[in-house]
Amino acid sequence: MRILVCVKRVPITGGRMVLTADAQAIETKHLGFTISPHEECGVEEAVRIVEANGGEVVVLTLGPEEAAEQIRDCMAIGADRGIHLVTSEEWDAQATATAIADAIREEGPFDLIVFGNESADAGNYQVGIRVAYALGLPVVTGLKCLSVDGGRARCEQEVPGGRDVYDVGLPAVVTVKEGLNLPRYPSVPAKLRAKSKPLASKRVERTEPKLEKLRLVVPEGARKQAEILGEGAGAAPRVVAMMQQLGVA
Amino acid sequence: MNVLLFVEGNDELSAQAATLAHSVGDEVRAVQVGGPYAPAAWAKAIVDAAGNDDIVGPGSDRGNEVLAHVAAQLDLPLAANVIEARGGEVTRIRWGGTLLEEARIHADRRLLTAAPFAFPPAEVPATETLTPQLGDEPVVVEHVSPDTGGKVSLADAKVVVSGGRGVGSAEGFAVLEELAALLDAAVGCSRVVTSAGWRPHTDQVGQTGTKVSPDLYIACGISGATQHIAGCKGAKKLLAINADKEATIFAHADYAVVGDLHEIVPAITAELRKVRE
Repeated sequence: MRILVCVKRVPITGGRMVLTADAQAIETKHLGFTISPHEECGVEEAVRIVEANGGEVVVLTLGPEEAAEQIRDCMAIGADRGIHLVTSEEWDAQATATAIADAIREEGPFDLIVFGNESADAGNYQVGIRVAYALGLPVVTGLKCLSVDGGRARCEQEVPGGRDVYDVGLPAVVTVKEGLNLPRYPSVPAKLRAKSKPLASKRVERTEPKLEKLRLVVPEGARKQAEILGEGAGAAPRVVAMMQQLGVA
Repeated sequence: MNVLLFVEGNDELSAQAATLAHSVGDEVRAVQVGGPYAPAAWAKAIVDAAGNDDIVGPGSDRGNEVLAHVAAQLDLPLAANVIEARGGEVTRIRWGGTLLEEARIHADRRLLTAAPFAFPPAEVPATETLTPQLGDEPVVVEHVSPDTGGKVSLADAKVVVSGGRGVGSAEGFAVLEELAALLDAAVGCSRVVTSAGWRPHTDQVGQTGTKVSPDLYIACGISGATQHIAGCKGAKKLLAINADKEATIFAHADYAVVGDLHEIVPAITAELRKVRE
């Protein structure tokens, strides 16, 4: 099995969003970086499949120079090598999908191509689907369970009130959600090994965006003035009165 | 410009998408798609029915998925989870709604999904049911329903009692469970809690967990990271219980109680029992 997992470097935002002066990005001077929880589960799942069946896990990212850090993190979980499409600005979903599909044509074929269901930051909900169309592959999204056997994948997609199950022939594209598995914490030796795994970098040039980001805005009215019902256990009668007023008690 | 509205069913999010559709075009036609769920085939049916119209759908999992297939088939941009459309410009949500993006669509047609709970519901026009042509694309072959043990599900609950790091341990959730049982509420938690293994991921409320929209959300010992807020901002009212009066969660709360949740939650349970006698 050759599996490709696509990931995106995003800041660890904490509780407050602060923007850069030009409102084009989140101010990240004091922030660490990670990948989406969905994508972490995607890497873990790919590593487990290859541990069981043999093969190779390749991690791909499109992002700034610094995104190499996230590829190394994925290698510490068990990915074998990395592909870094180096950019200097954020790309829209269509351009991103085109660049990833081009890279897959060069580096592939892969039996399984894994994305997070949506990125943590832009949340466009479409890059994996567009890559599948560009490559002429089937795609199933939102997986909470995946099992691969005999050239087919059984995919369980989370829907209201349960799971829808798809049976798909490989090669295929899947997008996954957190909860698919519990990703491992990388060991110190695994982190050290990750430093010497192969990472191919290539600069890519952005095409004109079709969905052009103009500016970011912190939502107005995000800050509410809460009605203080009291301190400690003594607040209980007012809490219950509030519940009665809402009709939920 | 006319608009084709993709309706998933008689659900709340489709009714909200109808409001966006009416804000975008003069005439709104509504369609749904019959038969088993097969997103690629559903999208093809919608593309064929739309002609050159703009296409709007709900910002649900399926709404976003079907519209992404539509966008890929037409090679057009898709603005997902829009809260406002102004001609060729939109405002859409990022980070699960804790940040907004203003964007320009460079295309003669607009493909949009409506962010959940960003619009009031509108009446959905009479819907035409499309029949998709199924090919060899993935199609749902089976549906599995989890055994909820008769408990109300997180997504459907009118009240959610949710715990974060401040609960302190898996056992610490007993007081939340007790209050939830009394209110016919579901128990939720933050991502810290599932990462620590105190609760299963199915209980996680957040950007990468379940997004809830109860009448009342009770956040106990939850700091209020954007990851969590993205999952509970659909709540009509939020009660925050936290020992740290500077906690970010209070900026998102309608009601606040400052103090130790291990004293406050049992006191609320006892008070509820008392007033019901």
